[in-house]
Amino acid sequence: MSAPTTDHAHTVSVLRTRTTPATAVRDALVIGRRNLLRNVRLPQLLVFATVQPVMFLVLFAYVFGGAIEGTLPPAAAGEYLNWLVPGLMIQVAAFGAGQTALGLAEDLQNGVIDRFRSLPMARSAVLAGRTGADLVRNAFVIGLMVVVGSALGFRYQTTLLRFLAAFALALLFAHSLSWVMAAVGLRVRTPEAVQSAAFIPVFPLVFASSVFLPTATMPDWLRVFADNQPLTVVTNAMRGLMLGPGALPPGQDLVTEVARSLAWVAAITAVAATGAIRAYRRIAA
Amino acid sequence: MSDPIVHVRDVVHDFGRVRALDGVSLDVEPGVVYGLLGPNGAGKTTLIRVLATLLRPASGSAHVAGVDVLADPTAARARIGLAGQFAAVDAYLTGRENVEMVGRLYGLRGSQARERAGEVLEAIGLADDADRRVSTYSGGMRRRLDLAASLVGRPQVMFLDEPTTGIDPRSRMEVWELVVDLVERGTTVLLTTQYLEEADRLADRIAVIDHGRIVTEGTADELKERVASAVLEVRTAPDDLERARTLLAGIVGEEPSTDPSGSALRMPARDGTGTLVAAVRALDGAGIAPEDVTLQRPSLDDVFLAVTGDVPTEVSA
Repeated sequence: MSAPTTDHAHTVSVLRTRTTPATAVRDALVIGRRNLLRNVRLPQLLVFATVQPVMFLVLFAYVFGGAIEGTLPPAAAGEYLNWLVPGLMIQVAAFGAGQTALGLAEDLQNGVIDRFRSLPMARSAVLAGRTGADLVRNAFVIGLMVVVGSALGFRYQTTLLRFLAAFALALLFAHSLSWVMAAVGLRVRTPEAVQSAAFIPVFPLVFASSVFLPTATMPDWLRVFADNQPLTVVTNAMRGLMLGPGALPPGQDLVTEVARSLAWVAAITAVAATGAIRAYRRIAA
Repeated sequence: MSDPIVHVRDVVHDFGRVRALDGVSLDVEPGVVYGLLGPNGAGKTTLIRVLATLLRPASGSAHVAGVDVLADPTAARARIGLAGQFAAVDAYLTGRENVEMVGRLYGLRGSQARERAGEVLEAIGLADDADRRVSTYSGGMRRRLDLAASLVGRPQVMFLDEPTTGIDPRSRMEVWELVVDLVERGTTVLLTTQYLEEADRLADRIAVIDHGRIVTEGTADELKERVASAVLEVRTAPDDLERARTLLAGIVGEEPSTDPSGSALRMPARDGTGTLVAAVRALDGAGIAPEDVTLQRPSLDDVFLAVTGDVPTEVSA
């Protein structure tokens, strides 16, 4: 083993001893890049992130499509795919959010968070780098839904601007769910427990919503829940933006539904981010 | 004596109802290897976590390299390196990417981080494997990479928490060489271990920690002398062992302990060779022919037994 050229105990330190907003951004980018590389380099993650949503898209479009096309509002232009793609953009965000919890729980268990916390880096970077990387991953997977959906026949019925607004809304919602899952991962702390804590509650939320089907035929007790939970509110707003106001349930208007969606996103993000930051600080106790 | 580089006073910390640290004070001089020796659950890791700014203790104070770790943790972090009980490296990154990332988080710019990563990987003997993914590394290589990452910031104080637990003997030797190498270049090392051999071999000074308290402190030799200047070990045929125990207890004034193999008796020899001669005479007179009689320097096991009343358990967490 050869010796490094410098005598490290006596070298004047070039290292930072203070964190500033600029170093916080740099640190978050370093951590975010690391988290993205994990997605790219672990084949099973890439498969989970891409094959699974595409499979949902194809199965739902062809298995359910024929049965329900006749019941859809005219705004769907007779195509279940037009109805389904906005819903699936929200579905993949909900199913993918658990990865945020899983990643943090693994980092806690492997001692990686201890290492980060022993470095003179910004405290915010671990969470910002995690949710930031997951925002990029969500953009990729949600974009993939649009691309594959378009290949199968999905067409937005409004303007490009409205379509992009819907895409942005899906990303904001996905980001708010990342914060929820960050809080879950930091509290549950083991990857095994995250599997059930993060993934199981997602199923009833996705199915008891307007993601796949209109809620009109659900029994009253379920419909009241489904119509008012955030996945439905956001999905409806996206359909309104992509397919036109005719895609909204009777009596709703687009501006109100988009505003309600943004209110949900803001509320979820505020509560969950506060919870995640508290949980992260509590690791030190 | 120079000012201590690690200065701990009256640190107390509880986990729920368990008192993990019960008023720990210690001073570490610069440029030494300081060993914290104790069984599982003694409080070693908790103390390292306090010093590495990972845990705020309930009370007490801690300074590392002149910085109050409780008042200014970021400044402390710039001066320390930590290698925990697990290799905290990312399997899906290459060795070089892991080290570079840590360099950037220490605040080095891209080119500086690259250059520094190259130096450290060379020093740690991983230069040839630096561009392979860590998922292809052996357990020993991951430990060394973890050490490399903690060296990136040229730490004045390195904290090594059980650096050789769970790795093979060859990797263990490599880690020991690295520790010696580090200290030669002026870094102070504070390491925890439950291996008596490791503390004996590496540490200039040793603190024995048990139930959250430092029960004794000194050089390995001082600790051994505190027990007795020498230890007499007598090996007999299994049938004679208990008779020999009673006989020898009368000579040395205390009940001999049984060594880990179960076939030999160990006891303090306060008169050195005088005790040895008396013991052999007594055994001969009783018609017991010892298979082996040796006069030894006490081991750290003997120290542990003497100061804590119990032999440390060497099971890993």
